[in-house]
Amino acid sequence: MTPPVIVGAGPAGVRAAQALVAHGLRPVLIDEAPRAGGQVYRRPPAHFRRTAAALYGTEATRATALHAAADALADHVDHRPDSLVWNAQGGALDVLRGGRIERVPYQGLVVATGATDRVLPVPGWTLPGAFTLGGAQVALKFQGCAIGERVVLMGSGPLLYLVAYQYAKAGARVAAVLDSARLADQVAALPLMLTQPSTLMKGAWYVAWLRAHGVPIVRAARPLQIVGGERVEGVRFEHGGHTRTIDCDAVGMGHALRSETQLADLLGCHFDFDELQRAHLPQRDAAGRSSVPGLYLAGDGAGILGADAAEWAGERAALALLEDRGVAVDADRARALERRLAGIRPFRRGLERAFPFPTDWAARADDELVVCRCENISAGQLRATVRETGADDINRLKALSRVGMGRCQGRMCGVAATELLAHACGRTVREVGRLRGQAPIKPVPLSALSASSALREPEATA
Amino acid sequence: MGSRRPLLVRLAETDRASVAFTLDGEPATALEGDTVLTAVLTQHGRLLRNEFSHAPRAGFCLMGACQDCWIATADGERLRACATVIAPGMTLLSGGEGA
Amino acid sequence: MTAKRFVTDVAIVGGGIVGSSAALALRRMGLKVVLLERDLCGSRSSGVNYGGVRRQGRPLSQLPLAQRAHEIWGRLPELIGTDGEYERSGHFKIARSAADMVSLERYRAMSEGFDLDLELITGERLRALCPWLGAKAVGGSLCPADGQANPRLVSPAFARAAERAGAVLLERTPVDEVIGDRNGFTLRSRNSAGNTLEVQAPLLLNCAGAWAGQLAAQFGEPVPMRSGHPAMAVTEPLPHFMDWSLGVEGGGIYCRQVARGNLVLGGGSGLALDADRARSDREAITVLAGQAIELIPALRGAQLIRTWSGTEGYLPDREPVLGCSRTMPGLIHGFGFAGAGFQVGPAVGEVLAELARDGRSSTPIDAFGIERFAVPPTSPTAPMASAPAAIPEFSHR
Repeated sequence: MTPPVIVGAGPAGVRAAQALVAHGLRPVLIDEAPRAGGQVYRRPPAHFRRTAAALYGTEATRATALHAAADALADHVDHRPDSLVWNAQGGALDVLRGGRIERVPYQGLVVATGATDRVLPVPGWTLPGAFTLGGAQVALKFQGCAIGERVVLMGSGPLLYLVAYQYAKAGARVAAVLDSARLADQVAALPLMLTQPSTLMKGAWYVAWLRAHGVPIVRAARPLQIVGGERVEGVRFEHGGHTRTIDCDAVGMGHALRSETQLADLLGCHFDFDELQRAHLPQRDAAGRSSVPGLYLAGDGAGILGADAAEWAGERAALALLEDRGVAVDADRARALERRLAGIRPFRRGLERAFPFPTDWAARADDELVVCRCENISAGQLRATVRETGADDINRLKALSRVGMGRCQGRMCGVAATELLAHACGRTVREVGRLRGQAPIKPVPLSALSASSALREPEATA
Repeated sequence: MGSRRPLLVRLAETDRASVAFTLDGEPATALEGDTVLTAVLTQHGRLLRNEFSHAPRAGFCLMGACQDCWIATADGERLRACATVIAPGMTLLSGGEGA
Repeated sequence: MTAKRFVTDVAIVGGGIVGSSAALALRRMGLKVVLLERDLCGSRSSGVNYGGVRRQGRPLSQLPLAQRAHEIWGRLPELIGTDGEYERSGHFKIARSAADMVSLERYRAMSEGFDLDLELITGERLRALCPWLGAKAVGGSLCPADGQANPRLVSPAFARAAERAGAVLLERTPVDEVIGDRNGFTLRSRNSAGNTLEVQAPLLLNCAGAWAGQLAAQFGEPVPMRSGHPAMAVTEPLPHFMDWSLGVEGGGIYCRQVARGNLVLGGGSGLALDADRARSDREAITVLAGQAIELIPALRGAQLIRTWSGTEGYLPDREPVLGCSRTMPGLIHGFGFAGAGFQVGPAVGEVLAELARDGRSSTPIDAFGIERFAVPPTSPTAPMASAPAAIPEFSHR
């Protein structure tokens, strides 16, 4: 009997697994990380000493609960950590683990692939010492390190203040927080954000704490350049018509998150454009059903709703999988989860208003700005390609300019390239389309692939 | 000279067993549980050079997405530094292109 | 919703390298051209193929066409405004046995009159020239002036050049209806913006690639065309070690290293998603990986970062259809290149333009006549050439 499979062991995947186990199933739980928890509740190596309070602060209770749930599942799921799903076809996933390829068939699939930082390049962003906000957080949570002695955190979004708080609390020197949002944006968003009062309070508290501890917060700050020769030496930014430079040796940057949708794409999900997130996302109904029968989407991998929503969505998606198999589930619970998920949407809109996406980014990007850090492709090169070829589709721009053809497969450059293309060709971000997913979802060694074929056809490599 | 100075700063979890490895031919130590990225960047400012710009790189996302932390070893292999745990005897090279 | 009408000298269905180069050639002759492409020019097989620019290995029947194309490739920047990363870096067809070497020698002798300058290489010279080649290679045949280019750049560039020369290019414009009678052709389309348009011309070029069979059938010339989907993959950038584009005698993998260092690999079959799109297949990828390492052992440490497939038109004899229709005056066919249309494409365009203007071409094309698939009048059910039972292997590069 082929089991259901869950891809991703973050909040969504763990709660999905928990719900399936509670109904007597034994799912396969595949995760790239060595331990369950995802990014937001990422666990350090087992022998590290910091307490949950030290690691997760205000989220310690939720983190601990999630980890406990994951640990309790150990004997009841087929947990495959350190495993990368690189392809999906014909009812089975192809997984890279320990340098070898395995095929994992499934009956019912929950895709909970999470998110990474949404990056808008700044000149100098490829310098050693510049990391994403998420990366800065991983350094601290997962390795007990700050990304530098004097850190500037910049971009926008709630993560900006959370990382600043976590860093300063842990004893790192935060030279400044540069928020591209204006205070007026945050004030205007208050009515929507008040729909989740405790979350709003937490955010306000981080800001107050940072101020009380002398961390400069600059709003309406527009980073102009990360300065440095071989590594980060400072950040030059514009604020209120003036240009300033802050000395630092590390930068954490990011503008909220972007969903990892490559697997959903490979599996043939229908995508819609989400205006709020400025991204094409796989379509899912209130229960997490995708456009593909038997395929369920949960968590930030199908649209950014946050960690709490990921837990609810994971559980709800598992219930949908069970319902579709004819297994009786608690309908009240299902409805309650859906209500919670619907209920946070005003807050998400509030966040977008409080930390708006800088829609003028493309117009202001210099030609010299490196957009694709893998292939070293500049904004000027992209604009020249549009001028010379009339390209008005992101896949066409990729084919003609190489943007997105590097090892990161468009993860770091895709948003920026889309913004630049839309601006250069006069279409909307929606109209220029999205980078099409292709296998492998992440780079895979030829040696691992060929060993797989050798197992099936020994003569071929004799 | 910029590459000699470390990037990452240890704030916690410093009471761990040490792990000996080599970096660019020189002996180095890390702590048990460090990723290769942490091991290198707590004493050095670079993991590789980009093959097109030749500029130094030292990772970016720390979560296996940016693919900008592939560090070369003296055996001719490459490791994704943010996702590989440092092991005793690893021979790492920070000047590899691509790596 | 707006309606538009074009009256022109030549209408072209299909904006791949064949249709686009025909449009350019026709403009250089001073004829008016309207080209309809349902997607973006050069976005299908012309844009996703391996990128080999190769004469060696083609059947003799194609060598005049390939030689004509070779001269055009040599003038690419002057013709289309870009070099499309074209390099005459050499094409090397590898032998894995003495029998393979005999085959290669036989081909060298047969193709003597066509300036391929083939050189057979074995033994120590082989090892000195390609130290990176695996042990199974015993020798090979080098065509020094064959090479490689970037199809993603070249094919659209032909279209843009045609447009600059005055061709009307209608992209994202699927042809919904074709009417042909003694007055000429009328093509109708409703494009993605919802506008209807009509193109009228006395001459129609069928350059619709893997989808050209429908148009041929409409005018009484059905052809047994099958769709093939090559399995393609590319590695991350690697330090440059190989100039030659490689093929293997008897079939299997083909592979080349681009100037930026990535290796492009091809061979085997992908999967059709529908009539229009294809994707890579796990089996084909794993086999390709194994063959790549066997061919070049140092690739063991490399990573695949991208795979894809495409849709190509195959006729049972793996020769194209190129020439005037036998049933419909004014209709001219150029399709079915069996995955080997990239190198000959620019010459095919010129030939199509000659056929349009003069009714004949200076390049021998009798072998490609559509009449070879005609149903004989005495047996109305049996086609002249029978279709193969299976999708063809991509073994000829």
